[in-house]
Amino acid sequence: MKDKDIHAHHISQQYNSELDDIKTRMLEMGGVVEKQVADAINAFMSQDSGLSEEVKRGDKLVNALEMSIDEECTIILARRQPAATDLRLVLSISRIISDLERMGDEATKVAKSGITLGELGGLPRSVLEIRHIGDHVLTMVRNALDAFARFDSELALSVAEEDKAVDMEYGTAMRSLVTYMMEDPRSISSVLQVLWALRSLERVGDHARNIAEHVIYLVKGADVRHSDLDEMSAAVQNKK
Amino acid sequence: MTVKIMETNKTATAGHAIDMESLGRVRNERSIHDEDITLTVDNLDLYYGEKQALFDINMSIPRQKVTAFIGPSGCGKSTLLRCFNRMNDLVDSCRVEGGISLDGANIYDRAVDVATLRRRVGMVFQKPNPFPKSIYENVAYGLRIQGVNKKRVLDEVVERSLRGAALWDEVKDRLHDNALGMSGGQQQRLVIARTIAVEPEVLLLDEPASALDPISTLKIEELIYELKDKYTIVIVTHNMQQAARVSDYTAFMYMGKVIEFDNTDTLFTNPNNKQTEDYITGRYG
Repeated sequence: MKDKDIHAHHISQQYNSELDDIKTRMLEMGGVVEKQVADAINAFMSQDSGLSEEVKRGDKLVNALEMSIDEECTIILARRQPAATDLRLVLSISRIISDLERMGDEATKVAKSGITLGELGGLPRSVLEIRHIGDHVLTMVRNALDAFARFDSELALSVAEEDKAVDMEYGTAMRSLVTYMMEDPRSISSVLQVLWALRSLERVGDHARNIAEHVIYLVKGADVRHSDLDEMSAAVQNKK
Repeated sequence: MTVKIMETNKTATAGHAIDMESLGRVRNERSIHDEDITLTVDNLDLYYGEKQALFDINMSIPRQKVTAFIGPSGCGKSTLLRCFNRMNDLVDSCRVEGGISLDGANIYDRAVDVATLRRRVGMVFQKPNPFPKSIYENVAYGLRIQGVNKKRVLDEVVERSLRGAALWDEVKDRLHDNALGMSGGQQQRLVIARTIAVEPEVLLLDEPASALDPISTLKIEELIYELKDKYTIVIVTHNMQQAARVSDYTAFMYMGKVIEFDNTDTLFTNPNNKQTEDYITGRYG
């Protein structure tokens, strides 16, 4: 029976608390990154340069968290030689924090595009695409982290499915923005900022999918990177 | 824990309530210089007859921490451990130069009573060696030879020691059974209980788990972790993973010398010395 307490109950209490600590800290880092992405979207939409600056500063925190959690993982590997599900936990956390850190970078890019856009004179037209895709990827991030916290491979699978939808929305948005630029070439430089921001948000979705894959690896022990959705689904259904 | 999870659905403009200072630090950066020291070894040389077994050892053993000695067979780790309670006195041809001090007093001084020293510096060996007596009498033994015979005192010490050795729950209903009927892992914990019954300051453990199965080994390791709140612990182990798991500081020894002595996190993730690295990564020899 798999459950989320599977990493407790070692004879060594210290080992339990070390594993618990990296789990908690990874989820906290996830919370910070989620907020970074949300703030970046809001800053972009409302042209709030103060909030954009705050996102840029927050990225330093995300970087520091990645390094310190990774260091903790290194020490656990060196000192405990974790096996089986414990090993998968440490490996997947080490991978997840690197995806989280890169989500943080993407959030910073969105914030920077927002600042540049402000300097160019603001939004060229309504950019509901940003809000729409932004909300979509935020849900993915939240679900990916929840899937980790609850040890829920089904939820992780749904995140991967959502990523397909985001990719399609991104394609549609790009086509409409390209059309807009063709109609009004003076807007190209500002519309490009919108495109960069969209591109970054789409990348956040990709990283959320990666996290979901790491969760499936953690729960099921199957490496589903570079697999299509059918293969992932088969891995998740596999009763083990 | 210093990071607070943020509510994501509101656009908080307040800064992150996070202590940036404390984020960078995870690695145990403590060095031996930050520690309170129990035992100090100064320029120690040891000879078995003509043959020199330890060469100019200088080290400090921190109080209420676990210090592990690792190294290949014959590198002198057990010999060094035995110096701390003068067990080497029992070897006729053994000669020690230099000194070891316990809380600042040289243990090789003429005035030192070896029996008192060994009560303060207790030792547990590789093979469990309970006496062929009851569990109760094994633990009470140290007090009885000190002349303590009051049942109430003995009962209390026996229970406290067995609890301290994480054995009480397993044996409380059969305290008067013969100790030799226990499993190897229980016997080893009984020996630890017998050692802590006389309230030593230092516990020397010479391969305490090498004759035990993996689960008993983990129980002993967990016990070591708990005991360091009260005792200074020095452990010799062939199993370097064990040293990695239980110790705060690790000394790597080779050919009678201490090659590297550092905090365990550093020694096992980024050792300074090439020989240490070769040994812990299995490249030695």
